[in-house]
Amino acid sequence: MASFAQFGNDLYTGKRSFDFIKHRRIWYTIAILLMVASVAIPLVKGGFNFGIEFRGGSQFVVSEVGDTPQSAAEDAVASVVPQAVARVSTLGASGVRVQTDQLTGQETNEVRTALAAAYKIPETEITASFIGASWGSDVTGQAIRGLVVFLILAGIAMAIYFRTWKMSAAAMLALLHDLVLTAGVYAATGFEITPAAVIGFLTILGYSLYDTVVVFDKVRENTARLGKDSHLTFGEAVNLAVNQTLVRSINTAVVAALPVAAILFIGAFVLGADTLRDISLALLVGILVGTYSTIFVAAPLYAQLREREPKIAKQNDRTLAERARASAAGRPTDAVVEGQPTA
Amino acid sequence: MAPTLSAVKQAWRTLIWLVVVLAVLAGTIAGGVLFSAPGAGWGLKLGLDLEGGTQIILAPKLESGQQVNAEQLSQAVSIIRQRVDASGVSEAEISTQGGQNIVVSIPGTPDQDTLNRIESSAKLEFRPVLVADAAPTAAVTPTATPAEGLSDTPTVAPTNASDLNWVTPALQDQFTNFSCDSDGAKDAGQAPADKPLLACDENGQAKYILGPVEVTGEMISDATSGVAQTQTGASTGQWVVNIVFNDEGTSKFADVTTRLNALKGSQNQFAIVLDGKVISAPTTNAVITDGRPQISGSFTQDSAKTLADNLKFGALPIGFTVQSNDSVSATLGSTQLASGLIAGLIGLILVVIYSLFQYRALGLVTVASLVVAAAMTYLVIALMSWRIDFRLSLAGVAGLIVAIGFTADSFIVYFERIRDELREGKGLASAVEAGWRRAKRTIYAAKAVNLLSAVVLYVLAVGNVRGFALTLGVTTIIDVLVVILFTHPVLRLLAATRFFSSGHKASGLDPTALGAIYRGRAEFRKPVDSTATKKAGAGREAALRQTIAERKAAQLTAEKPADTKKDRKDS
Repeated sequence: MASFAQFGNDLYTGKRSFDFIKHRRIWYTIAILLMVASVAIPLVKGGFNFGIEFRGGSQFVVSEVGDTPQSAAEDAVASVVPQAVARVSTLGASGVRVQTDQLTGQETNEVRTALAAAYKIPETEITASFIGASWGSDVTGQAIRGLVVFLILAGIAMAIYFRTWKMSAAAMLALLHDLVLTAGVYAATGFEITPAAVIGFLTILGYSLYDTVVVFDKVRENTARLGKDSHLTFGEAVNLAVNQTLVRSINTAVVAALPVAAILFIGAFVLGADTLRDISLALLVGILVGTYSTIFVAAPLYAQLREREPKIAKQNDRTLAERARASAAGRPTDAVVEGQPTA
Repeated sequence: MAPTLSAVKQAWRTLIWLVVVLAVLAGTIAGGVLFSAPGAGWGLKLGLDLEGGTQIILAPKLESGQQVNAEQLSQAVSIIRQRVDASGVSEAEISTQGGQNIVVSIPGTPDQDTLNRIESSAKLEFRPVLVADAAPTAAVTPTATPAEGLSDTPTVAPTNASDLNWVTPALQDQFTNFSCDSDGAKDAGQAPADKPLLACDENGQAKYILGPVEVTGEMISDATSGVAQTQTGASTGQWVVNIVFNDEGTSKFADVTTRLNALKGSQNQFAIVLDGKVISAPTTNAVITDGRPQISGSFTQDSAKTLADNLKFGALPIGFTVQSNDSVSATLGSTQLASGLIAGLIGLILVVIYSLFQYRALGLVTVASLVVAAAMTYLVIALMSWRIDFRLSLAGVAGLIVAIGFTADSFIVYFERIRDELREGKGLASAVEAGWRRAKRTIYAAKAVNLLSAVVLYVLAVGNVRGFALTLGVTTIIDVLVVILFTHPVLRLLAATRFFSSGHKASGLDPTALGAIYRGRAEFRKPVDSTATKKAGAGREAALRQTIAERKAAQLTAEKPADTKKDRKDS
């Protein structure tokens, strides 16, 4: 790493090159396996762990409490239902409101007893009720409608900007890959899906598309130069573009991921800010997967889609034939290839 | 260096624009604070999850035996959410409780207007006036019970809603004894739609017997508030609500006005009844066939907007009253927030270290640009807190943290393009210009995607998602502004300094570490065995790209066969 600039330089000139396009079967296989796993895990584990904002839950209101430490209620709930995430707020001057996942009648009574003991008040001062979802189906419905409209518009906008629908298609497939994987990570870790986590999903959706557009813009630049006298096949031109933007991709992913990772690992795990966990996990996974999928999914898909076009196929054949002729004639190329590609 | 000179001049000019933008933002807030405009301040308002707020429990107003069903409740939640959203972007939390009540948690302390906005049913009806009378100011002989034996069924079946046959002797008697400040008045306005109604106006100054409902609020397709204008277009200064009916409403309203226009006296009036109160009872001067009536009344700007919004979003299926109104603390404990902030800070420091490691002195430009972006974001959010009651929630904070990545990416894309141009053998000043031209395109295209998602989600989504969309949109715009108004001009200025143009090792734009590295190592260009050219194509493309730098290098090596790398550094 002593010379990251040198690394970037080699990538730029093509002296060092990773074969993202050529080995696409491998990347596709990995992507498909990961996606299948992401779908299978929630099926096996019995779905996602939705927060009370989505499912509704139980609510306890403790009134006439002298002192209102929130931790007492958290401990009381944890003593009965260890896996439940309790949302505790003080209510007015002398009340405590505790919201948890929906509890059974038995659990409700036990939590009531535990709360009464924790705040040293009679059980009659605690009311328990059921609260409905604050993130109701209407919010989800509106958000999904917005999302669909956005994806359609973004697809059209990208197709117009890049002058080919194939880039839109590749970007959307990569986006789907990112969302499925992020959802899979949630199912695997069992982290609660809260409104904050959903906002996190939306953020990475934007990030994933954004990252793809940046890389594709370089692809557009490189492939636009392909002409009759070009020595590159279409796939190689795409691959060069991905390599040339690789330093950017790495730097951006690191810069974007560092604060989020700090919040997830230091904030949530070390300092114990549990509620930050949901959103920072979505963001971290999304940033990493979003950067990865642009390189390993979107770019190869795009190259593959375009290579089937007769014009490009013909051009590729010509380039390859010329190259074969040149090497058969033993004409030395003036290209520099030092060392073997690492990928 | 003539082009550089003009570039420097341009750069300073652009930086002045940045100062202007920041000054306007700060000045607006300062002005608000100075003239103590309500809500203006330098601080940010925090959301429900970070700061707490008020929990309002709404209980349905039920007549005996009436039941609320789940569908009505969820419909009410949805309508209340739209109403709350319409008053700003405060990310309220609305849910049901115990299958009966609605819990509305909003940040801050709600004023009476907000409570009205939430709890009013907004059931709007247009009824023809049958009898109008001034309401007695003092309670007259409280004969609460209607006289016995008076018929309450019309003797002759009324032919239309304006037919005075609706006024039965029993109703007339009730009306005579009706006082607008009596308890009975509070229950008034509950009559079925196909029956006449006793109602008072908002101030309790007039009372009416009204015919059956002719047009209802459900037939409204849009409602806006505004200041009434005279026929000559001059403003009267009076706030009104403008209604647009749908087709059904338009034709019904035309029928009503046609009929009333031909009648005289009180019967010429129609009453606009909101939640059982007559807010206005204008006389009919003309037949309205375009379905766009205007409601005037004793409106303020706020109350006109509230009514317009409520009419637009529809009436609540059932009436609600505020059962309790308590302050509620943040769900995210203050210790948790502090932990999050500490962690975020550590992350930011890591970003700074990484930038410096990667881009050396250019890393400082990144950090400075992020600082400018942070300052601008703070000002804009403070301004939004004031003007549209925007509140920063946990999700919003997360959005801002991710924005660091988005924003830094603009610089990274730009720097990498400059490096690419340097590799092509360009001088720094022209590399900055050429790199900018290419980076600009990429940055605009990518940011446009972000902005698109922000706008679409803001317009279509509700609740938290809207707040998120706003944060995303704002940071995207600021990001582009900072790159144009700060990062680019600063790089132009730096390109003119000796430290950078000489390609100092610590500048991050050291040509010897970039393209020019090949210059001193011409042996790279030695023909290689073709069997090793697995990647001949890419290599040849590389050779194509190296030519400029290498041609220069070849020249230099020819002139000075000594260590050119060292020479370069000294130059």
